[in-house]
Amino acid sequence: MKSEIVLEGMAVSPGIAIGKAFAYDKEDFWIEERTISADGVEEEVERFLAVIAQIRDEIKETRERLKFKLGKEEIRILDAHQMMLEDKVAIDETVARIREERKNAAFAFFRTLRKVVKALKPLEDNYLKEKLADVRDIGRRVFFRLYGKEHPTLRDLQSPVVVVSHALSPFDVAHMRRENVLGVVTDIGGRTSHIAIVARAMEIPAVVGLETASSQISSNDLLVVDGNQGIVYVNPDEAVLQQYQREKRRLLQQEETLKAVWGVPAVTQDGKQVDISANIEFPEEVDKALVHGAQGIGLFRTEFLYLLGGTPPSEDEQFEIYNEIAQKTAPYPTIIRTLDLGGDKLPGIAPPVPEANPFLGWRAIRVSLTLKDVFKVQLRAILRASVGGNVQIMFPMISGLEELVEAKEVLEEVKEELRERQIPFDEKMKVGAMIEVPAAVMVAEHLAREVDFFSIGTNDLIQYAVAVDRGNERIAYLFEPLHPGVLRLIKLTIDAGHRRGIWVGMCGEMSADPLATIPLLGFGLDEFSMSPVVLPQIKNIIRSVTLKEAQVVAEQILQMKSAKEIREFLQGRLDERLCDISVSPSKRRSQL
Amino acid sequence: MVKTFYGRIMFEKTVTIKNQLGLHARPAALLVKTAERFKSTIFLIRDDLEVNAKSIMGVMMLAAEMGSQFTIRAEGEDEKGAVEAVISVIEDKFYEE
Repeated sequence: MKSEIVLEGMAVSPGIAIGKAFAYDKEDFWIEERTISADGVEEEVERFLAVIAQIRDEIKETRERLKFKLGKEEIRILDAHQMMLEDKVAIDETVARIREERKNAAFAFFRTLRKVVKALKPLEDNYLKEKLADVRDIGRRVFFRLYGKEHPTLRDLQSPVVVVSHALSPFDVAHMRRENVLGVVTDIGGRTSHIAIVARAMEIPAVVGLETASSQISSNDLLVVDGNQGIVYVNPDEAVLQQYQREKRRLLQQEETLKAVWGVPAVTQDGKQVDISANIEFPEEVDKALVHGAQGIGLFRTEFLYLLGGTPPSEDEQFEIYNEIAQKTAPYPTIIRTLDLGGDKLPGIAPPVPEANPFLGWRAIRVSLTLKDVFKVQLRAILRASVGGNVQIMFPMISGLEELVEAKEVLEEVKEELRERQIPFDEKMKVGAMIEVPAAVMVAEHLAREVDFFSIGTNDLIQYAVAVDRGNERIAYLFEPLHPGVLRLIKLTIDAGHRRGIWVGMCGEMSADPLATIPLLGFGLDEFSMSPVVLPQIKNIIRSVTLKEAQVVAEQILQMKSAKEIREFLQGRLDERLCDISVSPSKRRSQL
Repeated sequence: MVKTFYGRIMFEKTVTIKNQLGLHARPAALLVKTAERFKSTIFLIRDDLEVNAKSIMGVMMLAAEMGSQFTIRAEGEDEKGAVEAVISVIEDKFYEE
């Protein structure tokens, strides 16, 4: 019995996978050495050069096509492959070997690469290990093409396995199928890696950033992949295995129970219907959101477009993405939030100026209103996409009336430009403001006159209201959604919106907290927007109560003096109501 | 300095890698791109390993870590400029990392 190894990485796609490992990048191939006839030499050289050019073109094409869908890591891999295929010295050396030694192209190229592999292999350095993986990757692609075969892909897997690899290139990811990939484990990568996004969209549990997984795991090792906690057990003992088998069964049962509510509306026992929509970051997530019962995209984050460095995304590039989401989501609304980044995260767009308090600094709408050209490009792209679906726009971090008015003026200017150029857009496109600054709450009635809806961003609202940076571990416990002060701010926002006849939604993490669902419903929240996976749970809670009961709960907690008291009270209410579905609010919160 | 090697005249100079990450990623690519601008053949030499500076795979093999020393040798019509350009990349440009 092989001994157990426990590896810790980053959980990027939830769920539990139990199965045999498939060490994807260790699968080797045999390179035969052949001597070719004198008159076949030039043909062999041509064949080699053609394969190199072909793969180079493929990489270029992939890089262009997936420009905004790739994480830094994948771009790095593609660039490294590209550079190696452009290495004239290595190519000339291979060609010379074919000509002078009359060797077959695969063997000649293998000899070139072997030198590099030999030099890198003994070195204990993460960067060089990465390089080694790159060299092997490129070798595999070239060899298989030379042999007239396609590179064996994840599509060819015969039985379901857990794929283990140093990294997975976009080519690999494109061939992944849910039927034969139980889970994914890689050495490098993060939440925004292409593999992480695709795994989440396909609901395949994944743990990345394990550093040494590919060297410690061999094909056929038994693996438990805990995509909730970011742990991978290699050849676990019986107790661990049984524990995870039980947990997996429990999750499956829970999913079955919740499946029943996928297609039904979020309506209370006494007939009050609210909208349930999804927060997404990438176009790939739309399908999953709709399948889980989302009635729209309540928040599409556009930041990833700007995080790749270099030049800001062009109007056409943005339009393509917004349009894809809007079309898929129609007739339901797609609410696109304009750039919500700190000015320090815009390399190549604005020079970083050090700030003592970035959360109170130059960020979100403040950046957009300063960099109007960049802002206008985004507004044009959003307006153009409004023709293809039910597109709505919202501005982040509005702190007062002037900002909102100014943002709307810029929007109006862009509309005028489009009219002049006779480019169609939805003249009645709805405009909303995110409410996440306490001062904005206090003037919400004035803001409400200017917009069609509010969306409460609780992450920032709580942070500003209780003056706590939740990234600071020593004080993170003070970050409390159920703080009576925070609850009052939320209620004030909803009331102000309703007095002016606009709807009020919430796209912060609080809308996904089962403990908060009943009070929010009682306050009169019209829309709950959250991560697609938690949608069914929240919908279930809404369907289990009457609006009347929720209003009573909301009134009761407003009388309470502390978060602790409120939390205990709500926990009790939830327990008596929801003994049939296993929702563990305290655990959920820690994951968020 | 100018040296003769088996009767040929060439130009070479020794440098020390000073940036934290050695010849990693961007510096390696930058070095190759710089070398490609010259007609001369340019070699990077460390101990008994000699690699072509115009080859990314070669530079990878050199795997220079911080503090390691190697010699740059160029041979050709623009050899002096080539060695100097590669050295200036190593000495200044890397600090942009």
